[in-house]
Amino acid sequence: MSTVTYREAVRMALRESMTADERVFLMGEDVGRYGGSYACSMGLLEEFGEERIRDTPLSESGFVGAGIGAALVGMRPIVEVMTVNFSLLALDQIINNAATLRHMSGGQVSVPVVIRMSTGAGKQLAAQHSHSWEGFYTHVPGLKVCSPATVVDARGMLLAALDDPDPVVIFEHAGLYNRKGEMPEPPPSVDLRTARVAREGTDITLITHGGCLWRTLEAAETLAEQGVSAEVLDLRMLRPLDWATVHQSIAKTHRAVVVDEGWKSWGFSAEVSARIAEESFWMLDAPVRRVAGVEVPIPYATHLEKASIPQPADVVRGALEVVGRG
Amino acid sequence: MSTYPGRGLALHLLTQMVRVRRFEEKAAELYSAGKIRGFLHLYIGEEAVAAGAQRALGPDDSLLCTYREHGHALVRGVPMNKVMAEMFGKQEGCSRGRGGSMHLFDTEHRLFGGNAIVAGHLPLAVGMALGDKMAGRDRVTACFFGEGAMAEGEFHEAANLAALWKLRVLFACENNGYAMGTALERSESQTALTVKAASYGMPATSVDGMDVVEVETETRRVVDGIRSSGGPAFMEFRTYRFRAHSMFDAELYRDKLEVEQHKKRDPIETFVARMMEAEVFTPDDLTHIEDKVAAELAEAVAFAEAGTLEPVEELTRYIYTEGV
Amino acid sequence: MADFLMPSLGADMERGILSEWLVKPGQTVNKGDLIAVVETDKGAIEVEVWDSGVVDRLWVEAGAEVPVGTPLAHIREEGAPVEHAPAAAPVQIPEAAGVAAPVQAAAPPPQARSAPSSSTGGGVSPWARSLAAERGVDLSGLTGTGPGGAIVGRDVPERPVPKDPLQGMRRAVARAMEKSKREIPHYYLSTEVDLTDTLAWLAQFNADLPARQRVLPIVLWLKAIALAVHEVPEVNGFWREGALTLSEAVHLGVAVSLRGGGLVAPALHDVDDTPLPELVAGLADVVTRARRGRLRGSEMMDATLTVTSMGDRGVERVDGVIYPPQVGIVGVGRATERAWVVDGAVAVRTVTTLTFAGDHRAHDGHKGGLFLSAIAKHITHPEDL
Repeated sequence: MSTVTYREAVRMALRESMTADERVFLMGEDVGRYGGSYACSMGLLEEFGEERIRDTPLSESGFVGAGIGAALVGMRPIVEVMTVNFSLLALDQIINNAATLRHMSGGQVSVPVVIRMSTGAGKQLAAQHSHSWEGFYTHVPGLKVCSPATVVDARGMLLAALDDPDPVVIFEHAGLYNRKGEMPEPPPSVDLRTARVAREGTDITLITHGGCLWRTLEAAETLAEQGVSAEVLDLRMLRPLDWATVHQSIAKTHRAVVVDEGWKSWGFSAEVSARIAEESFWMLDAPVRRVAGVEVPIPYATHLEKASIPQPADVVRGALEVVGRG
Repeated sequence: MSTYPGRGLALHLLTQMVRVRRFEEKAAELYSAGKIRGFLHLYIGEEAVAAGAQRALGPDDSLLCTYREHGHALVRGVPMNKVMAEMFGKQEGCSRGRGGSMHLFDTEHRLFGGNAIVAGHLPLAVGMALGDKMAGRDRVTACFFGEGAMAEGEFHEAANLAALWKLRVLFACENNGYAMGTALERSESQTALTVKAASYGMPATSVDGMDVVEVETETRRVVDGIRSSGGPAFMEFRTYRFRAHSMFDAELYRDKLEVEQHKKRDPIETFVARMMEAEVFTPDDLTHIEDKVAAELAEAVAFAEAGTLEPVEELTRYIYTEGV
Repeated sequence: MADFLMPSLGADMERGILSEWLVKPGQTVNKGDLIAVVETDKGAIEVEVWDSGVVDRLWVEAGAEVPVGTPLAHIREEGAPVEHAPAAAPVQIPEAAGVAAPVQAAAPPPQARSAPSSSTGGGVSPWARSLAAERGVDLSGLTGTGPGGAIVGRDVPERPVPKDPLQGMRRAVARAMEKSKREIPHYYLSTEVDLTDTLAWLAQFNADLPARQRVLPIVLWLKAIALAVHEVPEVNGFWREGALTLSEAVHLGVAVSLRGGGLVAPALHDVDDTPLPELVAGLADVVTRARRGRLRGSEMMDATLTVTSMGDRGVERVDGVIYPPQVGIVGVGRATERAWVVDGAVAVRTVTTLTFAGDHRAHDGHKGGLFLSAIAKHITHPEDL
């Protein structure tokens, strides 16, 4: 077992995959000389050269599309979009091309591209650098969407994504890069299918992913002190989502709170709630509650930023209301 | 001015143009009869570009087109009956009926669409050429697009990347003067398209898209240049579509007289006239070609009519790769 | 106009289940009319209303369990305006002991809405419905502890609350007997009574009567006991807070055993004043209703002295346990044939052992003895009963 940071785990996967497979290369803004805007690819340019650690101009549409094109001819590109906020420039390529090419061609082509993006708020970067677009991408058939929250998943899901013949979008919460975690030796491989029970409990299920996992676990501790046993699910895969594990947990606890940093309305947590209502209705002892982003673009001032995204206290309060003690 | 091709090449070029012309005419008829639905963008008047330019591409090269791609698909070698069946929405179509007129795909012939977002396929072409280069393959990726695409950011990003990274991309612009209903002069500050392209640091050539011989000669020259230099190039084919943008278009944006003027430069008629004058063709040749094309077309229509609909139960297939 | 409240039907009663309404809103009632059936530990009891007027609103649904004193309905004067809320706010039942659940805050009043983000109040969660269906539990009897007062999974008991009143009754009897033995210093007296002549008289008396009207010995005993009270009034009353309150009326509690076990001792009112035939009818009625679980509140509360007769069980002597707050209990044993001395010679006589257990705080053996003598005297002069 060793202790690594999330970014080190990402770098491990980059290095391992590029060493093992010549088809793998990394492309994005400042991934090479700069070492990566979040330093995930620090040192890799020296190791693998300019062709495979490829700095791009500021052309999100151009280089994401190029990644898709390279995947079409058999490469295994990792396209790094600096933040999900910039990916909006490349939506045409991601949604109109990556997600649809297989379908439009009647199954003739596969698009094995991996797109990594940093997501989320918390660093006072304000509205154009802080949003969470998981709900948007998970909406699209043809894409696979991951949200690694742990160091094991930060490494493992990138490797698994490179093995996947279909386009995979990976959301890395910007607040996690410095977070340390235990990496077993040898590091385990992971799947792109299942959700994980991060904490077992009996009174209520807290469903979350990515950056919100750790705040939710903190909330679960507080709830335990107040006599409420919370089960925490780390969804890991957002599309396809492991509904079986969700239903299994609700069958046990009969109560659910969905925690997501994206805006509450019309978003990711709405889908999880709707699906629970459709498929676990008779198990429910209380309505499903969402603890999610407030309907504002992320503000700059730190107190406002904190108030606009879910904090552990919000999760605690939401859970207590559902249990009937709020 | 173009040179005279030999009889073999001339017959080949004519055959391709006639195939495309008759197919498109038939498609218009079938659309009016309700057999073909959605959008239908006809290539009538532009046949010389597909017929001539594709001569420069080998079977291993890659081809990406717009939604006005029936002509390109046929010239590329996608069987006519599979194209027709696709437009009928049958599962025997080249895209299993999933794509329709705008999304003809055939990986066997290395045709990657049929793309309906203007300029959306240009970054794909760059990526394909990038992947080929990284894997040590020297094949050329040709992407055809209309002049309207040159207003899109994706053209500029793609052109920049292709030149910056030195990739074997042919940027082939079919300039028919109108981006749907908007004339070039009304949408481009710089209507000299080669100047725009050249500013990215790649060779840029403009040719008469109505002259199949010129198209053929020049494209071969340019593509040979791409192969040898290893970098991209731009070509503008000055052409004209005789029909509306699509079947829904009332053509309020251009003069009927203008259309008639351009029709005088019909690529097929002018080519036949020249070849007949040079005695490369005989009237029998024409009849023979027309008959053959008619037969091929009839068979394609029959094939499409007899085609079957994909079972609805299969609806959610072909989204993700199965069996993995 | 007044609120009809959940009555107290026993010293230990804290709450009751309103099992059935016998009136509808808009119905006119007079004082003394039966208004509802209340289920207590002692069984189902028909409750009278103490006001006259028009039943305005029924605030509590059939099947609800509420504390004693809870307003159940509003009786308004004829012509008065309609009320909309009880004068007193209803109080929620605290969690039953043994159910592992977080402590509930007081639930909001019925008309109030909970906070905007909560669910609508008063619902039943899907999970609760599933559990109730599975366990055969009637949801209408449950109190909700979920958001907005909704019935949630933890509110559904493991097994349906048994409708069998005997289980509750047994508990009540146990409590009463425990209290009695714990608190009441019993003293025990007995005497033996030669009933031969009385029984002969009775046979004669009954000869021409139809079966239903025939006087059973127990009826004679009841009358005799009631009359004896006039001579020793100290045995007829209540011991409360360290003092004896005598009762002018003589309402004898008659111990009735119920099928399947269980015991009630409903009161026959004013036995001293009631002619024998009425006593016969009254006793038959009370016993029937006791066995059907349809006793009235007044019958449960009003006994001033209890009589227990075990004769039909074949028991020669019964020393009873006093039902608090009463201060005595008379026991009548089986009439047996014994060798008896009459006028100096041994003869076969029918004899019964009569006992009296008394609360030594209220009276002593002297009084008790006088009481027994008085009963014996009266029972041997049946023609005066």
